[in-house]
Amino acid sequence: MKDYRSKNEDVPVRLKTHPLTEPWPIRLLLTAVAFIFLGLFLIMPLVIVFYNALAEGFIAFKNVITNSEALSSIRLTLIVIGLAVPMNIVFGILAAWAVTKFSFRGKQILISFIDLPLTVSPVISGTVFILIFGLHGVLGEWLNSIHVKIVFAVPGIVLATIFVTLPYVARELIPLMQAQGSSDEEAAVTLGASGWKTFFKITLPNIKWGLFYGVILCTARAIGEFGAVSVVSGHIRGKTVTMPLEVEILYNEYNFSAAFSIASLLALLSLAAMGLKKLTQNKTEKVALEHEKFLNITGV
Amino acid sequence: MTKKKKKQSVIPGFSMSMGLTLSYLTLIVLAPLSMLFIRAAGLNVSEIKHILLSERTLSAFALSFGASLIAALINCIFGFIVAWVLVRYTFPGKVFFDAFVDLPFALPTAVAGISLTSLYMTSGWIGRYFHILGIKVAYTRIGIIVALTFIGLPFVVRTLQPVLSDMDKQAEEAAVSLGASRWKTFIHVILPEISPALLTGFALALARAIGEYGSVVFISGNMPNRTEIVPLLIMTRLEEYDYSGATVIAAFMLIVSFLLLLMINLLQGWGQRFQEAEKL
Repeated sequence: MKDYRSKNEDVPVRLKTHPLTEPWPIRLLLTAVAFIFLGLFLIMPLVIVFYNALAEGFIAFKNVITNSEALSSIRLTLIVIGLAVPMNIVFGILAAWAVTKFSFRGKQILISFIDLPLTVSPVISGTVFILIFGLHGVLGEWLNSIHVKIVFAVPGIVLATIFVTLPYVARELIPLMQAQGSSDEEAAVTLGASGWKTFFKITLPNIKWGLFYGVILCTARAIGEFGAVSVVSGHIRGKTVTMPLEVEILYNEYNFSAAFSIASLLALLSLAAMGLKKLTQNKTEKVALEHEKFLNITGV
Repeated sequence: MTKKKKKQSVIPGFSMSMGLTLSYLTLIVLAPLSMLFIRAAGLNVSEIKHILLSERTLSAFALSFGASLIAALINCIFGFIVAWVLVRYTFPGKVFFDAFVDLPFALPTAVAGISLTSLYMTSGWIGRYFHILGIKVAYTRIGIIVALTFIGLPFVVRTLQPVLSDMDKQAEEAAVSLGASRWKTFIHVILPEISPALLTGFALALARAIGEYGSVVFISGNMPNRTEIVPLLIMTRLEEYDYSGATVIAAFMLIVSFLLLLMINLLQGWGQRFQEAEKL
């Protein structure tokens, strides 16, 4: 109500109810419905993770997350993100460079292909690697003869994770670099800077927050990926079990508080990712605003 | 054409970035996915028919589509209310609630699965109240819908929010000054303007729900023919070393996902044209 008047002080408001919003009982009702819905579907599931994790006390929680199987699942998850995320960062930058700095035919198709893993069911993403590297797969017999194991081993888990998280960095960078245009880079190159120098001195500082944002999303997904990894893992305890798979195994063994203890670590990580995302979002918006201001001042 | 080419060549690295992008994409995504179709094409038609038309496959598809549709519809209604409240009203803790909408994107699906199950089982914090009403949520189809609603919520809210906050209030003002009630204004002015975004959000939530696995397996009970979703059926076939079965079902599902993706792209194009036309 205040908003409307302050913006239109010269317009007399004669209507009993405010014309551009609902009557207060409706407003209250809608807000209550939104609160209840978010509470039931978002807040409660998060709260119960921590509640169940600590249900048997902090010492039990500590014992669960420091036993050897839990530690090995944490180690494997770290190995997987350590391999998958850097690969997809390099890919994301290259793909964004190719898509935004040049014009060529079929650009839209290329972008759709980059987005493809987002629409494929995680289970299918895992299945395709079984069809290639599994014992009855295309390369199965050959791999067996040279004693290389890809699926039901760590390489398969890494591959499936790379597949699933491939779009995240590229998707953040493409719209950002498209909006920023190529004039800065063109100027640098024209003044004699090499391609690499242009990238590191001009492009990278411009896209750093967008890149950081993409890396957070990519890492969060890599840590939590379940379906695809579950298909190719083979669930060998201590060897091919990542943190989400450890949660599944413990849960299926009816060891609920242990399952929720590992789950609470994953939930903490996702909360951290959400917090970082919020922070960088503000940063990127600020950068975009400043860029706009700069353009206004310079009259470009 | 030559002029354009000369202008492009100022920035170096086209062949390197393009070459590496295409090879990586082909190796990781395109070649593996095409394996699915190559393998399915190797089977004869009667085999494919037998796999797709078996009772178990059909009921899995019916369940996956049905539950995903219901969940996406629920998200359209409540997602709209959440987006409306977050954009139009001010209340304490708004930033906090707004950030929370992303939780289903960030929370690992297995974590979501076990926590929803423990909330909605008959002894759970929420499930016990449904139990009093005689409704069983966890380990039934209702449980599947609950999990898919959780997964799809941010898609609807996040597609609606920017459209709602960019919406020009002039049309609403005009409707009101011409004597329309708030409800009439909503139906005739606001709803048409947001409908492309609402449809896009619906399709995105639907596409995500159909392929969802992690959050559903824990709450669904996984009874063949009754609470077995398609991704779980693929998983079961793989565990039985029935690669043909898994391949055919997965290939069919992939085609459905492609069609949905195409629809989403068309909807987004329509939405953009719609908004541009509005601005003119």
